[in-house]
Amino acid sequence: MKILVLVKQTFDTEEKIRLQDGQVQEDGVRFVINPYDEYAIEEAIRIKEAGDAEVVVVSVGPSRSEEALRTALAMGADEAILADDSELFGDEYSAAKVLAAIARKDQYDLIIAGNQAVDDGSGQVAVRLAEELGIPHISTLTKLEVNGNEVIGHRDAEGDEEIVKATLPVLVTAQQGLNDPRYPSLIGIRKAGKKPLTHVTLADLGLTAEEIARKSEVVETFLPQPKTAGKILSGDLSQQVSELVTALHSVEKVIG
Amino acid sequence: MDFQLPEDLILMRETVRDFVRHEVEPYAMQIEEEDKVPDSILEKTKRMGLFGLSIPEEYGGMGLSMLGECAVFEELGATINGFTTIIGAHNGIGSVGIVEFGNEQQKQRYLPRMASGEWLGAFALTEPQAGSNAAAIRTRAVKKGDRYVINGQKIYITNAPYAQVFTVMAVTDPEKGAKGITSFIVERSFPGFQVGSVEKKMGLHGSHTAQIYFEDMEVPEENVLGHEGEGYINALKILANGRAGLAARCLGSCQYLLDRSVAYAHERHQFGKPIFEQQIIQHYLADMATQIETLRWMTYRVAWMADQGQNVVKEAAMLKLYGSEVYNRVADLAVQIHGGIGYIAEYPIERFYRDARITRIYEGTSEIQKNIIASELHKAYQKQND
Repeated sequence: MKILVLVKQTFDTEEKIRLQDGQVQEDGVRFVINPYDEYAIEEAIRIKEAGDAEVVVVSVGPSRSEEALRTALAMGADEAILADDSELFGDEYSAAKVLAAIARKDQYDLIIAGNQAVDDGSGQVAVRLAEELGIPHISTLTKLEVNGNEVIGHRDAEGDEEIVKATLPVLVTAQQGLNDPRYPSLIGIRKAGKKPLTHVTLADLGLTAEEIARKSEVVETFLPQPKTAGKILSGDLSQQVSELVTALHSVEKVIG
Repeated sequence: MDFQLPEDLILMRETVRDFVRHEVEPYAMQIEEEDKVPDSILEKTKRMGLFGLSIPEEYGGMGLSMLGECAVFEELGATINGFTTIIGAHNGIGSVGIVEFGNEQQKQRYLPRMASGEWLGAFALTEPQAGSNAAAIRTRAVKKGDRYVINGQKIYITNAPYAQVFTVMAVTDPEKGAKGITSFIVERSFPGFQVGSVEKKMGLHGSHTAQIYFEDMEVPEENVLGHEGEGYINALKILANGRAGLAARCLGSCQYLLDRSVAYAHERHQFGKPIFEQQIIQHYLADMATQIETLRWMTYRVAWMADQGQNVVKEAAMLKLYGSEVYNRVADLAVQIHGGIGYIAEYPIERFYRDARITRIYEGTSEIQKNIIASELHKAYQKQND
């Protein structure tokens, strides 16, 4: 079985976001594997360890993403592909197009991705990729079983559990709690340096700039308003209720 | 000149940093109070390969260069020192003897299981009457046929309560003084081997040190480590080898204390402003940072020299001396900057202050390090004037 894992390198969740001229500042920032993608990598490696599978990790992103791929290799993935040609960068639509071109170059039985990236959180790329490839997808898994050609995915459904069955090839996305991702072992890190990591360009993938041109545009980027202290209503209950209603109407304008 | 670590070492260092921050540090207070590192943490530590740092790859270890070992130890120093000491003593003095002086058969038998962390290692030199004066040990090994019968007592043996493999120094020829000492590989299961009660210590909680006793303990002759009569020189070499790693652990703890102190100085307000705005606090922090930076480059230079095969007896002694002294000064200033809260056990600063104190004593006191440095200066002078 051949497994493709989609990986994005994101800000360490402990980092502070700084904006300058509407751009997120990256200098001095620590980057990590998107935590949801870590579950995806771990799941792929577990399938590999339980049977016979080859795990390829892929990322569309700047060359610094190589570090994330090396970490995935150190965790136990076999091979990495990095689409770091800036002509390949666009929006979620572009990324899915690029990943589809990469996926088509080989035969993947299973594609695993994080449910979303913690940076822009759109949650679109993986499911768009499934659409591009014309394969089914099961999203936000908390448990994955692979038996031969059959895949059973468990997902949270408003407090209940939904169990979805599909046949390979299929794309699944990982939810928090799917597994407990391992730390790469030191020997794994050493071996990772010798595993293949291929860079691909627009030309390598036989794509044109027009085909993958972005469909969306970022109009504005801003930080959320800092939270102010809440207000605790006091006094007579009916007075509290009327005060609350007034506030919802006029102050917070929650009710129009 | 290249001050950059190789790429794989950078990745290893960052992985260990993440591991320490997320898997060990949140449990530091628990380890301190229970005086025990949870087995789940030790298991994860073993799986990462942190028990085989100095053991060659062909025996299942990492075979890291001294530079690599120091990079890892710096990160391991950034949390409760008891945890760090279990790993440090095992990788350093606990296993280096077998790596350096063991024969093929010994290496095959012990190193793979030590690299995986299944068997922990300990180093047994110190006795009630022999500490800094290591040549004065009295533990006696008498040869009988194809085995040695060992009688004696060792004290302050780190990892003794759970170690399986001990590098033990014993006198085989009392007539020859230091040249009559031999090193042995002793297994915990040897009849006549006994571990005494665990010492209560000022710090390093989670790491344990105990006395061990040998009562007519029989050790097969194939467990002689190196050659008969070379035990004393082996012990000195094992201790010298551990010095850079020990300094790197001090370095990691120092950096932790500096980071906490800088943050606290910005958060703590007195006289209507953060205490960081007081020049005296700034100077304390500048002094800490400068000494830490000096220690960092000294550590990595000595490690690099050792990796080049250079003689670092003098430099490693300077490094161990400087690293432990700086750690104590930094810990003292960290308590001063933190004020009252730096003295309270619910906050980690006082723990580091207590943990720091042993570094000036164990694995060769500061005074012994100065003796070594002076002796090396004397040797160099004599050589020049011969």
